Amino acid sequence: MPETTTGSAAAAERFEPRIVAFFCNWCTYLAADLAGTTRLKYAPNIRVVRVMCSGRIDPQFVLDAFAKGADGVLIGGCHPGDCHYESGNYKTLRRFQLLRRTLRALGIEDDRFRLEWLSASEAEPLKTVVNDMVEKVRALGPLHLEVPAEAFAAEGEEVAAR
Amino acid sequence: MTAKPKIAFYWCASCGGCEEAVVDLAEQVLDVVAAVDIVFWPCAMDFKRHDVEAMADGSIAATFVNGAVRTTEQEEMAHLLRRKSRVLVAFGACSQLGGIPGLANLSDTASVLATAYRTSPSTVNPDGVLPQRHTVDGGHALGLPGLYETVRTLDQVTDVDYYLPGCAPTPKLIAAAVQALLTGALPAKGSVLAPDIALCDECARKASKPDALALAAFKRPSEVVLNEEECLLAQGVLCMGPATRGGCEAACVQGNMPCTGCSGPTSRVRDQGAKALSGFASLVASNDAAEIERITGAIADPVGTLYRYALPASLLRRRRVAVS
Repeated sequence: MPETTTGSAAAAERFEPRIVAFFCNWCTYLAADLAGTTRLKYAPNIRVVRVMCSGRIDPQFVLDAFAKGADGVLIGGCHPGDCHYESGNYKTLRRFQLLRRTLRALGIEDDRFRLEWLSASEAEPLKTVVNDMVEKVRALGPLHLEVPAEAFAAEGEEVAAR
Repeated sequence: MTAKPKIAFYWCASCGGCEEAVVDLAEQVLDVVAAVDIVFWPCAMDFKRHDVEAMADGSIAATFVNGAVRTTEQEEMAHLLRRKSRVLVAFGACSQLGGIPGLANLSDTASVLATAYRTSPSTVNPDGVLPQRHTVDGGHALGLPGLYETVRTLDQVTDVDYYLPGCAPTPKLIAAAVQALLTGALPAKGSVLAPDIALCDECARKASKPDALALAAFKRPSEVVLNEEECLLAQGVLCMGPATRGGCEAACVQGNMPCTGCSGPTSRVRDQGAKALSGFASLVASNDAAEIERITGAIADPVGTLYRYALPASLLRRRRVAVS
């Protein structure tokens, strides 16, 4: 949970986005690890899921994260040419681009879904990416994907009146 | 003599194709009629809702419901038929997945009504009349069912025992399902009554699919003269076969048209469109972002292509609704 630094009402009301981050085992997860060991501070809004390769991220994972309440999804993989499995990150890039367009058609803004290449040494860029994404999603507000329950309130009376 | 099992059919938001599919059983339909009593089938026989309401709960052996649920009346009938039936079968793509009517989940009620009753080129409606829940005409109070903003699958409304996939289910699958119901040789509750394999597995063109497929362009069937022997994906046409359940014996591909995914996913896949997206995108023959954007840009309508039948059944179910 985010640290509370002040007790003011404004701070209490500030929207804290929930962001699911899928990081590859060989690059971005190590960058996050390095950020931890070097005590870099970044926004505590991401929940990191380690995957062996960004290419392992089934688009279903992303949709499931959104469906279960994530306000944003961040994917971190190795730089082009650096994939531990040679081509996983290229497949991620292709899927990302088509999925982002699909999400757009479903009313989910581009800033909520982000792909970044971050190598094992890039703790500082990781911090910048996470902070930037948290701010952008915060500005967009909660995603609220729930399908609203619809009621035809006076249905019973109306049927009875016929 | 023991009474014949009672069977019912009902349609919700559907096109009537599923009713046609029953008739397409041809002479087999006589065997079905000989073995069962059809107690309700609004499309073909004159029974009313109050006839169903008068039946004892659980007295219908099996009810086949086609069509998605998008009105209050359909919702009421789904609940009523569930109560009266021992087995409820979601019949066809609309009932199982939402189907073509489910694409209304990209829109909202006001736009749907405006298009259907005001702006479509074939509409003549000078007074701009829209359907009303209630009107009074000649001293008579008249009512219409309410239209929901979100189209639902049958199992999002009530408990469903089995699913018969397809738009429409093939006579072969219907006959096998009826046979299974009559003999009691039914699989586990919740099963889809079709083989749990991808369509490609039963496609005659399977052997012509290259092991490593890389596509520099996606084409629409209208943009290319299709070879009748070769795998359609290998020809650059988006064929939903890899992300779709078999059972139809690749009927569309046999007609030299790509699969559009009406049978839904296999049991290993939760979200058909996402899985199809994953497969298609990974075939793109480029590692360059701009080039990938150009190639995948040929998929002009990703939701309508990837989720043509399965949007209401997908993980997100509909286009996001703005919260007030």
